[in-house]
Amino acid sequence: MTREVQALVIGAGPAGLGAALSLKNAGIEDILVVDREDSPGGILLQCIHNGFGLHQFNEELTGPEYAERYINRFRKSNIDLLVNTSAIDIIADGDKKTVVLLSEEEGLMEVSAKAVILSMGCRERNRGNIAIPGSRPAGIMTAGFAQKMVNMHGHIPGKEIVILGSGDIGLIMARRLTWEGAHVKAVIEVQPFPGGLNRNIVQCLNDFKIPLYLSHTITNIKGNWRIKGVDVASIDKHLEPTSEDKFSLTCDCLLLSIGLIPENELSLKAGVILDPVTRGAIVDVNLMTSVPGVFACGNVLQVHDLADWVSEEAEYCGKAAALYIQDKITKGRELPVKTGNLVRYVLPSRVEAGKEAILSLRPITPAKDITLMIKSEKKILHKKKHKKIFPSEMLRIPLKEIPADAQYIDVSFVWEEK
Amino acid sequence: MKEDLICTNCPLGCGLQVTYDKKKIIKVEGNTCKRGEEYAEKEIFHPERIVTTTVRVSGAAVPFLPVKTDKSVPRELCFKVMDRAFGARAKAPVKAGDIIIKNILDTGADLVATRSLKKEKNNA
Repeated sequence: MTREVQALVIGAGPAGLGAALSLKNAGIEDILVVDREDSPGGILLQCIHNGFGLHQFNEELTGPEYAERYINRFRKSNIDLLVNTSAIDIIADGDKKTVVLLSEEEGLMEVSAKAVILSMGCRERNRGNIAIPGSRPAGIMTAGFAQKMVNMHGHIPGKEIVILGSGDIGLIMARRLTWEGAHVKAVIEVQPFPGGLNRNIVQCLNDFKIPLYLSHTITNIKGNWRIKGVDVASIDKHLEPTSEDKFSLTCDCLLLSIGLIPENELSLKAGVILDPVTRGAIVDVNLMTSVPGVFACGNVLQVHDLADWVSEEAEYCGKAAALYIQDKITKGRELPVKTGNLVRYVLPSRVEAGKEAILSLRPITPAKDITLMIKSEKKILHKKKHKKIFPSEMLRIPLKEIPADAQYIDVSFVWEEK
Repeated sequence: MKEDLICTNCPLGCGLQVTYDKKKIIKVEGNTCKRGEEYAEKEIFHPERIVTTTVRVSGAAVPFLPVKTDKSVPRELCFKVMDRAFGARAKAPVKAGDIIIKNILDTGADLVATRSLKKEKNNA
């Protein structure tokens, strides 16, 4: 089967749903959304905890509730959705992008579109990504996989749990498994600060007196068929294990919550150039990738900590893609965004003179009483003092207008003299 | 008595050192705004949490229905709420917000569905 549409959206999680709705609102009629799962909503459906929607809806929702708000809007807007369908290739040929889709029902399909929106989300880093020494028994899995097992299928992955990494999913699973009757023995974090949000440290660990070992790592995994335990050691400033604080924990399950990677295999097939820091696409101020007409938003672009920001980014992306389809997109003079002091990355890495922009950024380390300064060579565009900043909390800064004569924008955290 | 807390009112996450006796807060240190004191009072004397879990559902395309308490419940009752939810059964069709257990454990909170599930024909 072949088909032609104005816009094809790959993935129906918060990013894909948000982008499709935004395209529709901007007057694009012929939209197709595809998702490999059997229903829309993406990863939100397994995130049954609350804490979603504070920015978008001004109330605290669970993941499925947040998803349902968008799914209901999506259903009302009569946008075409194909579920159980995987996108397996993208061929970019000038103004025409052809996406190869595969589903059990329809077989192979070729859909060409003027604009393609990449909204495939991200996946978890696994044991292989960090090369933990030891044997290879059963019982070692990522925190998100355990979340799916428990929340969607009702299986408990173990009775005595150790969690490596203090990312939010790991913390959420510490509480979930404790409530389900498992004994969570410890959370081990290699960094000197927690990877997840404060409220999760309090409500998922401190509530149950689960110890969090900062600046520690797992040096050995023990067990033949099933994991029997792990060796833990403190680490020095080069992240090398030391013999200072060594101990062993018995466990029958090890959860890994050690970071997320944007899922860009498909993007690479289209020729999209990736950023080595975010591991998402390099995009311009319209969130368009290096391939004209291919846009990206959500966790496939940069790993977010709040679904609310994903929705916001998706809406922005859909608007820009609509302008592209209508041949109304204007391309002004581009200038680079420099990542200055303590800034890990800024997205987008270039903006346009005379245009608005929303900058997403993260600091390299936590810091106190520090000022975020965004300026061109002549003018301060944004200046705000922060009592505390954390790598786990993305900052999103809207800039009304980039000066017409600016040559670059610099983003830095600075300590101001008192 | 003394206890260290982390305030969760905002992302700042101030570390609070709380001094208190059986009846009242004597001193809160480490907070940078007024809300830190209210947080300490609540957390020390009557901490509350929202419980989110799943219950078995029949007739839907999936075996489990996500649920939550629609208000926060006393923290010490969380495990009992879990036990009570474990025994509950739901039946499709379900709409998000449908009450699964009314006034669970007399807390005044209802256990409600957080996902809508259609009735599947070949899954009675």
